[in-house]
Amino acid sequence: MKNTRRSFLQKTALATGAFCLGFDWFKAEGKAGAMVASAVEAGRFNAYLEISSLGKVILYSPNPEIGQGIKTAFPVVVAEELDVDWKDVEVRQANLDTQHFERQLTGGSGALKHSWDRLRKAGATARQMFIQAAAQTWKVDISTCKTAGGFVLGPAGQKASYGSLASLAATLTVPTEPTYKNRKDYKIIGKRTKGVDNANVVTGKPVFGLDIEKPGMVIAQIIRPPFGATLKSFDAADALKMPGIIDVLSFKNKVAIVGQSTWQVMQARAAVSCKYDGQNLESESTHKKWFDEGMAADKAQVQRKDGDFQMAMSKAAKVVEATYECPFISHSPMEPMNFFADVRADGSVLLAGPTQVPQSAQKAVATLLKVDEKKVEVELSKMGGGFGRRLNNDFALEAAELSSLIKKPVKVMWTREDDMMGGIYRPAVRYHFKAGLDASGNMIAFYLRGVGLNAGNATRQDNFPVGAIDNVLIESVNQVSSVTTGPWRAPITNFLGYAEQAFLDEVAEAGGKDPVQMRLDWLARAKNNPVGKITYEPDRFIEVIKQAAEKSQWKKKPGVSQGFSVYFSHLSYVAQVADAVMVNGKPKITHVTAVTDCGEVVNLSGAENQIKGAIIDGMGHAMFAKLRFNEGVAAPANFNSYRLIRGNEIPTIDAHFVDNGIAPTGLGEPALPPTGGSVANAIYAASKKRLYRQPFDI
Amino acid sequence: MSIQLTINKKKVSLDIDPNTPLLWTLRDHMSLKGTKYGCGIAQCGACTVWVNGEATRSCVLPLSAVANADITTIEGLSEKGDHPVQVAWDQLDVPQCGYCQAGQIMTAASLLKKKPKPSATEIVDGMSGNICRCGTYHRIQEAVKLASDLATKKKPSTTKKPA
Ligand code: FES
Ligand code: FES
Repeated sequence: MKNTRRSFLQKTALATGAFCLGFDWFKAEGKAGAMVASAVEAGRFNAYLEISSLGKVILYSPNPEIGQGIKTAFPVVVAEELDVDWKDVEVRQANLDTQHFERQLTGGSGALKHSWDRLRKAGATARQMFIQAAAQTWKVDISTCKTAGGFVLGPAGQKASYGSLASLAATLTVPTEPTYKNRKDYKIIGKRTKGVDNANVVTGKPVFGLDIEKPGMVIAQIIRPPFGATLKSFDAADALKMPGIIDVLSFKNKVAIVGQSTWQVMQARAAVSCKYDGQNLESESTHKKWFDEGMAADKAQVQRKDGDFQMAMSKAAKVVEATYECPFISHSPMEPMNFFADVRADGSVLLAGPTQVPQSAQKAVATLLKVDEKKVEVELSKMGGGFGRRLNNDFALEAAELSSLIKKPVKVMWTREDDMMGGIYRPAVRYHFKAGLDASGNMIAFYLRGVGLNAGNATRQDNFPVGAIDNVLIESVNQVSSVTTGPWRAPITNFLGYAEQAFLDEVAEAGGKDPVQMRLDWLARAKNNPVGKITYEPDRFIEVIKQAAEKSQWKKKPGVSQGFSVYFSHLSYVAQVADAVMVNGKPKITHVTAVTDCGEVVNLSGAENQIKGAIIDGMGHAMFAKLRFNEGVAAPANFNSYRLIRGNEIPTIDAHFVDNGIAPTGLGEPALPPTGGSVANAIYAASKKRLYRQPFDI
Repeated sequence: MSIQLTINKKKVSLDIDPNTPLLWTLRDHMSLKGTKYGCGIAQCGACTVWVNGEATRSCVLPLSAVANADITTIEGLSEKGDHPVQVAWDQLDVPQCGYCQAGQIMTAASLLKKKPKPSATEIVDGMSGNICRCGTYHRIQEAVKLASDLATKKKPSTTKKPA
């Protein structure tokens, strides 16, 4: 199968008479001559589209499913171009298969963008081969045949199912330049397709990582040290005497409790005491000090410079200045971290569980255990959410290391407290903005410094309105913390989006401008005469803004205060208007209108879910998520005091999509960054109170 | 001493620590993995099952407290996965990651048992004890309404289009 790595499409006949088209969902678009026919290895159809002689279409979906709906959306595209009925399609989750797949991961809202052409090509190619097979059988010209719902239709009323043509089709040469459907003929793309896992979910099938059970498996929980501390000693004498407990051991500063059942492990864990060494452990006051120092520092990393900011400021008629701040927050997916590992005596390793990046789990575990990657097998489970948390494979490494030490298959389970207190966090950031306005209220100078704690570059220096402003200075300072951080749904922009959009609302107010018109004016500038390089397409920006203003009846709703925001991330554009009213002296968000340009919407049902989910996520965390550190320990620890938004706290949401037929771009994340801004701006419009920190104090 | 109870219409006898929460009894000892762990402190509702017909959080309920009780879990809600709530959940495509949904469904089905035709406010209030981190709340609320319509054999008043 060596050639497969280079091949985009590969077809083969199966002994069973099924048609099987091997294609890589992820590789570069098909190149002529890159096709190789070969036999399918027995029992190994991972990378394949398979059509049995009975007409069943089986598609193997490679990407980890995290709730973003990829397991449904990918096959929709293939089925559309293949021209089969969706009800005849069965989707199966493929395991990690580095030989056949690339980019088998979930993150960065990039899957559809990356795979759109590949998926369409796979479907269209197969469809063409069925047409050829039918034309050959009927001795007619291929141009006289068409397809519909899994059948080829001939000029004289002939009709043959794909299934019946499967064995002949499989012997034909794979076409290099298939013809694609016209988007107005789409029957599945753009319509509502229900999640392919719904039946499993509503009946409680064991599909999640925490549900994994394997022969001989034991259960473990791990006590992790406060951030910045080292384990000095632990006392497990009592725990070891407790029923069902197999071992209590330490590795890498951690203490693992291993037992037969979850409850026994939890009980024993409570009986283990740990002593730690650690000086200057971080607290909220430490973080505040680092923010202050970062803001005062002479030296910062310059991320972007257009014109002369200082000079422009000296000429400004008016200056607007504000500081925004957000804390570290936890991802808190509904399913806490967990992972299964079996490190066997023969050097082979089985990993199983929820990870957004199975291939890096494989690599990292191979490195840790000093075994060949090929000996590490990874089974993918469905994930009870991730939001970026499962991009970090700390949980997989822990499970593997523990299994290698105890020489048993083990499932490491994190409690909710472990998940909230011992994980990876969204970095805490403080932003300082300055704007210089001329006498007519136009922004002539724009400044941003982002100070992040383990945030890397906490700015996104090319973000709009950069490109429309003559004098810009954007810089960042990174402070190193012992608190581990990582991407959180819409990394950096999940908070920066709010800060920028709220600040621009202040700029509009100070300049006496309408927030919508101000942005449209800037975009006209960026389109006609951009300042420096721009990374966004002004026309797409303009379209979502105009539609949002219209659909939300911007500033035309009596008795309702509105806030506007718009953001570009993951190559998609989302404009939002939030509506607020005062209830008992407090502002309440009642409605959000969102207009999204994510290119072609593949599955309308899933797309709406992503937009509404992201808005609820963005609003909930902006309003409620509060996490602090005290001596290296995060608080709170569970949902009783770490407040997640609930069903009685949500606004109604209208999710609209721009219908432009552009190839799909990101969808799982882009609706989140503008949310904090539209909400904060609506709250300001209703209550005249600006919100400078998350969680909002209202 | 073993504890007897009925789980999904099957009589079972369990000889484990009577302090074991019902959640872990179901998951670890009965291999019923549909009931989920989310918080362990009765805050999220992921672990909701029925105890003698009442929606109850199994994570804080010791086995000893349910001796001789009648337990229904998501696996036992219907034989073919066709309880009106399950049908409505699928039809309106409620799940995102799906992890919270067993608890949501058990809560919804219990709500409808008590109030076959709940008002919009009763639906919102009745479902707000259950967290969905993916934010599927609109569809949850729509689906409860649809399930009520399906169960009371009325032509659904909600459109098929999910919220
Ligand atoms: S796990 Fe029982 S309520 Fe959260
Ligand atoms: S669907 Fe993911 S937590 Fe509810």
